[in-house]
Amino acid sequence: MSSRSRKRTAAAVMCMLAAVAVMLGARASRTVASARPSMRVCADPNNLPFSNDRGEGFENRLAQLIGRELGEPVEYVWWSQRRGFIRSTLNAGDCDVIMGVPTSLDMVLRTQPYYRSSYVFVTRADFGVEPRSFDDARLERARIGVQMIGDDGANSPPAEALSRRGIIRNVRGYMVYGNYADSMPLAPIMDAVARHEIDVAVVWGPLAGYYVSRTRAALRLTPVSPQIELPFLPFVFDIALGVRRRDTLFRNQLNDVLSRRAGDIARLLDAYGIPRVSATRRSS
Amino acid sequence: MAFVACGACAGDASGNPAQDATARAPAVADALPNSIANDGPDDGQWARPAKDYASTRYSRLDQINASNVARLGVAWTFSTGVNRGHEAAPLVVNNTMYVVTPYPNVLYALDLATGDKKWQYRPKPRAAAQGVACCDVVNRGAAFADGKVVFNTLDGNTVAVDANTGREVWRTQLSDINKGETITMAPLVVKNRVLVGTSGGEMGIRGWLAALDLASGRVLWRAYHTGPDADVLIGPRFKPFYASDQGTDMGVKTWPGDAWKIGGAGMWGWISYDPALNLIYYGTANPGPWNPDQRPGDNKWATTLFARDPDTGEAVFAYQFSPHDLHDYDGINEQVLLDLPVNGQTRKVLVRPERNGYMYVIDRTNGQVLSADPYGYITSTRGVDLKTGRLIYEPSKYTKQGEVVREICPASPGMKDWQPSAFSPRTGLLYVPHQTLCEDAESVEANYIMGTPYVGMNVKMYAAPVPGRTRGEFLAWDIVKRKPAWSIREDLPVWSGALVTAGDVAFYGTMDGWFKAVDARNGKVLWQFRCGSGIIGQPVTYRGPNGRQYVAILSGVGGWSGAIVSGDLDPRDSSAALGFVNAMRDLPARTQKGGMLYVFALP
Repeated sequence: MSSRSRKRTAAAVMCMLAAVAVMLGARASRTVASARPSMRVCADPNNLPFSNDRGEGFENRLAQLIGRELGEPVEYVWWSQRRGFIRSTLNAGDCDVIMGVPTSLDMVLRTQPYYRSSYVFVTRADFGVEPRSFDDARLERARIGVQMIGDDGANSPPAEALSRRGIIRNVRGYMVYGNYADSMPLAPIMDAVARHEIDVAVVWGPLAGYYVSRTRAALRLTPVSPQIELPFLPFVFDIALGVRRRDTLFRNQLNDVLSRRAGDIARLLDAYGIPRVSATRRSS
Repeated sequence: MAFVACGACAGDASGNPAQDATARAPAVADALPNSIANDGPDDGQWARPAKDYASTRYSRLDQINASNVARLGVAWTFSTGVNRGHEAAPLVVNNTMYVVTPYPNVLYALDLATGDKKWQYRPKPRAAAQGVACCDVVNRGAAFADGKVVFNTLDGNTVAVDANTGREVWRTQLSDINKGETITMAPLVVKNRVLVGTSGGEMGIRGWLAALDLASGRVLWRAYHTGPDADVLIGPRFKPFYASDQGTDMGVKTWPGDAWKIGGAGMWGWISYDPALNLIYYGTANPGPWNPDQRPGDNKWATTLFARDPDTGEAVFAYQFSPHDLHDYDGINEQVLLDLPVNGQTRKVLVRPERNGYMYVIDRTNGQVLSADPYGYITSTRGVDLKTGRLIYEPSKYTKQGEVVREICPASPGMKDWQPSAFSPRTGLLYVPHQTLCEDAESVEANYIMGTPYVGMNVKMYAAPVPGRTRGEFLAWDIVKRKPAWSIREDLPVWSGALVTAGDVAFYGTMDGWFKAVDARNGKVLWQFRCGSGIIGQPVTYRGPNGRQYVAILSGVGGWSGAIVSGDLDPRDSSAALGFVNAMRDLPARTQKGGMLYVFALP
């Protein structure tokens, strides 16, 4: 056997061992120790319902669940989720996983999605029949709140959908960053509906669902339609966990946990009022 | 003496046929009687980033000149211990050099004779401010006045420090990072008023400029850049030159609904001052945070030149460079104040190499645009209508989500960003460090901030398709002839400031760390030195305690253009740093981060 073929054989054995390790890791993650002494989560310290530094968000709870499954203590690296969040935390190597990213975000390696949600219309009962579409004629006159992001040329999809329909002057903008001095920085847009300052808010489902489930405001949520406005303006997003691009083994372990504990995760999301949609939501 | 050289320029220009009413004869350079005394000796100091109130960045020191600069060598160095982008100008006053770093905004006092550190002052800005700053955590410098060094911190404080002891004299919280406001600009001190503006146009702020009492730090006035006239400090003295800038409460009426309340229009650049007219001049930043479709109207007073009374803050005139800004053409660039003979009359003008790509010459007594010439490759607009003052947009370059628009030139950083130019009265030339970039605004991608998915513009920048196809240029612009005198093409954007001296030497730095001295008359490179990190700082020159002339520069790459190195961005993510990374993929291989002061002298 030449030294070259010996090396090749050795490499093949290593590959097999690695594959076995992956399978073992997937099957018996509770008992097989990983290289990580702990699972370090990159998270925003003040961003309910997702996370906060008191562990009150559903992403905090999900991290605990996954940590238990992997047999790893959960640690947090706190960083405001603003521009540079991913590069300053995950990609700087300071932490290992982000608990919520859209599956289209290619800065990171994504797991399988663990929920799919939609932007929703938030209205009071006195608005009448719930709006279901951006083409509802009442939106031309109603006072509408949308969220904005300060990226140049970027906007939340609802703001874009409304402006395409010429609905501009009656639209009020709320910064998606909110006032970070508040305990729920994103609440003001929904507060404004409850206080009759605006008639409709178009908000990412998890925010609206949590707000309505935690306050006494009698607000109604209706998923927007269309789900995707052509050529490419989606209102429905699959949300996954994100890890560094090279951490495929860890990603596989996480996928396994997400599959195995899907029922518990669904109950967790229900407890936070997170509305989910399916890809083929029936039209009404 | 300066006027002799410019008299020669004058002859050339008066020989040109008059193109319009604004064609001018000779340029007499400079400037303001008490900012630069043309006949007197230079004081050898550098008390504010622009050197003088006219913002010339011109020194009358001439020991170092075109014939001996080749022998320049390192006199001493100092490490700042900070790794982010160093944009500040060192200050030199009373045999002490003052250096302010990027976040965490440390102020060092250095002994000019020994290079020893005399003291340091640490303002300890809140760490969370780093997540709010849009484009690296830079600081553009301090100002010296009345025995104090005054500067701003990233988390929105203005501090005054005793120049001798390093003790804090006062500290005023001006802005709130929780609302997206940060401060990166260098203050200007005028008549015992400290002028400070806010950054954060991408974060839904409502921009302003404030004046603080130099003695106490108390806020004397604050002029907002959007909203009703009362807030903008527009009153009976306000006389804009053009009809489209006239009217009441334009800061409300040119926005949909109450979008003006989060309309951006910060102020993070440069202010000039004319003591004879008692006016300050500065420009406001881009409107935000909506994309253009959602803010129909001119969006006043974003991207606008203001002339204000520094005592009261009252606006005397305004001129909007880029009404309804489409391409993030912030209007915060410097204005160089010159006295320029036009048709036999001396006109008081300001010259602005504007972000939208035009070299504006504006009458600084009334805001009339005398000329606006392209100083680089422009596709996004067709020119400036001198009758109405309006910028004429090119409709095919209007960006829309879901559509691909290619070759928008200049790209979002503009033909020139914050990096300040310099003017020599001996040559009549303005030395303009700038970038030559275009961008494609392509399709859309989903992103995620604070738990909210959104759809963004995917901007990619690249070198403009002009001969040489480089990303930057050091341009000498002839103000009289209204065209380039010469230029040096640089592979990378020239993100440093410029300096020019009576020795007829101009200085600038490159992002891969070359500090260069060039002949101010013809652009011949006379000397260069490789610094440890890329250069995005502002060169200065001074007379040392031994009577010899020195030149100083901070090296330390970063800023919007250099964030790929200082922020460790992923070169595979072409839209990082708002699209700038695509144009800068090679930078990590060419320089390292790290802040270091270099001081040079003749042997």
